[in-house]
Amino acid sequence: MSSDSKLISIPSKSMIPERDIDKTPILECVNLGINFGGLKAVDNFDLSIGRTEIAGLIGPNGAGKTTVFNLLTKVYQPTTGTILLDGKDTHSMNTMQVNRAGIARTFQNIRLFNALSVEDNVKTAMNNQMKYNMWSGIFRLPRYWKEERIAHERALELLSIFNMEGMANMKAGSLPYGAQRRLEIVRALATNPSLLLLDEPAAGMNPSETAELMENIRKIRDTFQIAILLIEHDMNLVMNICEGICVLNFGRIIAKGTPEDVQKNPAVIEAYLGKKKEA
Amino acid sequence: MKSIRLNKTTRKNYLTYGLVIVAYVILQLMSSSGATTSTLQGMLVPICAYVVMAISLNLTVGILGELSLGHAGFMSVGAFTGVTAAIAAGNAIPSAAIRLIVGMVVGALFAAVIGFLIGIPVLRLRGDYLAIVTLAFGEIIKGIFNNLFVGIDSRGLHISLLSDKTNLAEGGKLIIGGPMGIGSIPKISTFTGGAILIMITLIIVFHLVNSRAGRAIMAVRDNRIAAESIGINITKYKLMAFTVSAALAGAAGSLFAMNYTTIVANKFDFNTSILILVFVVLGGLGNMLGSIIAAAALTILPEALRQFSDYRMLVYAIVLILVMLATNNDTFKAFLAKFKPGKKKKEEVS
Repeated sequence: MSSDSKLISIPSKSMIPERDIDKTPILECVNLGINFGGLKAVDNFDLSIGRTEIAGLIGPNGAGKTTVFNLLTKVYQPTTGTILLDGKDTHSMNTMQVNRAGIARTFQNIRLFNALSVEDNVKTAMNNQMKYNMWSGIFRLPRYWKEERIAHERALELLSIFNMEGMANMKAGSLPYGAQRRLEIVRALATNPSLLLLDEPAAGMNPSETAELMENIRKIRDTFQIAILLIEHDMNLVMNICEGICVLNFGRIIAKGTPEDVQKNPAVIEAYLGKKKEA
Repeated sequence: MKSIRLNKTTRKNYLTYGLVIVAYVILQLMSSSGATTSTLQGMLVPICAYVVMAISLNLTVGILGELSLGHAGFMSVGAFTGVTAAIAAGNAIPSAAIRLIVGMVVGALFAAVIGFLIGIPVLRLRGDYLAIVTLAFGEIIKGIFNNLFVGIDSRGLHISLLSDKTNLAEGGKLIIGGPMGIGSIPKISTFTGGAILIMITLIIVFHLVNSRAGRAIMAVRDNRIAAESIGINITKYKLMAFTVSAALAGAAGSLFAMNYTTIVANKFDFNTSILILVFVVLGGLGNMLGSIIAAAALTILPEALRQFSDYRMLVYAIVLILVMLATNNDTFKAFLAKFKPGKKKKEEVS
């Protein structure tokens, strides 16, 4: 990383040259939509995310961004359209199966397992990678010790991304707000996703924390070679780290493209700032 | 290397094991030297059974986070099937201790099966609805055992419902006699057996909680949506906790029943379920040591209050309310700590 990485005000292309980003899609949404009663919360949503792309989903409040996340993770079943994850249709999957297929997410309003320790929060997310059964756990068979040791090491390794190893034994509920947000990301990563959905990761963070978070999001993409889709209101963050941006308003896509394109797009400016009065 | 720095949970688990063993040794020494009263002597096994019930219900209420009001139903299943097994095995197995083990294992297995079957529909519900349906299932189990007739003769076990249609051959014996329950139970439960069951229960529960299954169960309790989002099979882990809890209750029921000469289904009614829930809530949700202490104390308390004769249950209730307030109510705790009556009024408003 160059020294100017802290100067977040310059909207730049990614630190990684264009050609290094794997653009073959991991996620493809075609004509995705959901109706709540008569309201079309999301309509005609088309999106394609490359295998190691960082993409942003932005839009004014109530535009339907989180609804898109809920559709992708099957918290809501889409009314129309298809979601292809790595070429596979997720139509018949539920939230649990979508996660096992490779989508992990964080939540806008933090949802941690508050009574569990930080380490256990991460280990819980590794549940599907651990294979020992209930009896091995109760009788403490060798498998238990082996897999628990691996899980322990991996949990600390993942926590070290955010320098949180020291907090491993704290209760998740007692962590400061920023650390809770970071723990959610670590927990999502622990499920070995191929696509990570971050719902307002920088909410409530101060500028230096946000800058650090940006570095970390890039680091996560580079080390794990995964795609990241994030919802964020912090435009510095979005414009700096996203290779592709999708702007949503009233449940419809109003613009798509690189940060530069989107910033110049009159429809986007109108959605955020309102219509220019005729002079 | 890792065992040197035990974390807080592990330390508390060992403390619980230790206290149970110490209590067992002290009581055993007391009873062998004749220092215990006959009342206490007779209550040792029921205390063990209630302690196991409290721990197992704590697994459902404290760890899984679902309120179950029909736990006595599983105790009942364990009691009736366990005793039947112990009686049926009576001729084949001369050792009382082994018959007790057979009874408890059979009771646990049947209760686990019933718990699993009931869990499938019940665990789809949440909160109050789940509580009400478990209550109903508890009553259904009671109803079934009130109308169940099981006899044994040279041709094997005979089972009939509603009326005695077992048509036992010469020399046969009716084991479960419907509303009469089981009579002439061999009194083979011992305090040692009960203490061992408590230890086994504790080991199972603690080891379950500190494994991937336990983490998943607590994750479902803490945040169902987040648990789903990290790929946890909610139904599976809910059922697992519920079934293990039912199995332990079944073993406890079996132990409990084999301490008496007769046992009837009405013993395991709604009141018993609530009593066990009181142990759990009083001891603290998820706190096994608390459950043990509460179960032991509240089983002894009514007996210890005999001197108040007519006012016994009234005193019992008042003690219960006071203990609940003193341990669980922040306002009351603050009130007790500061002992300023003027402060209480203000806090009540907020």
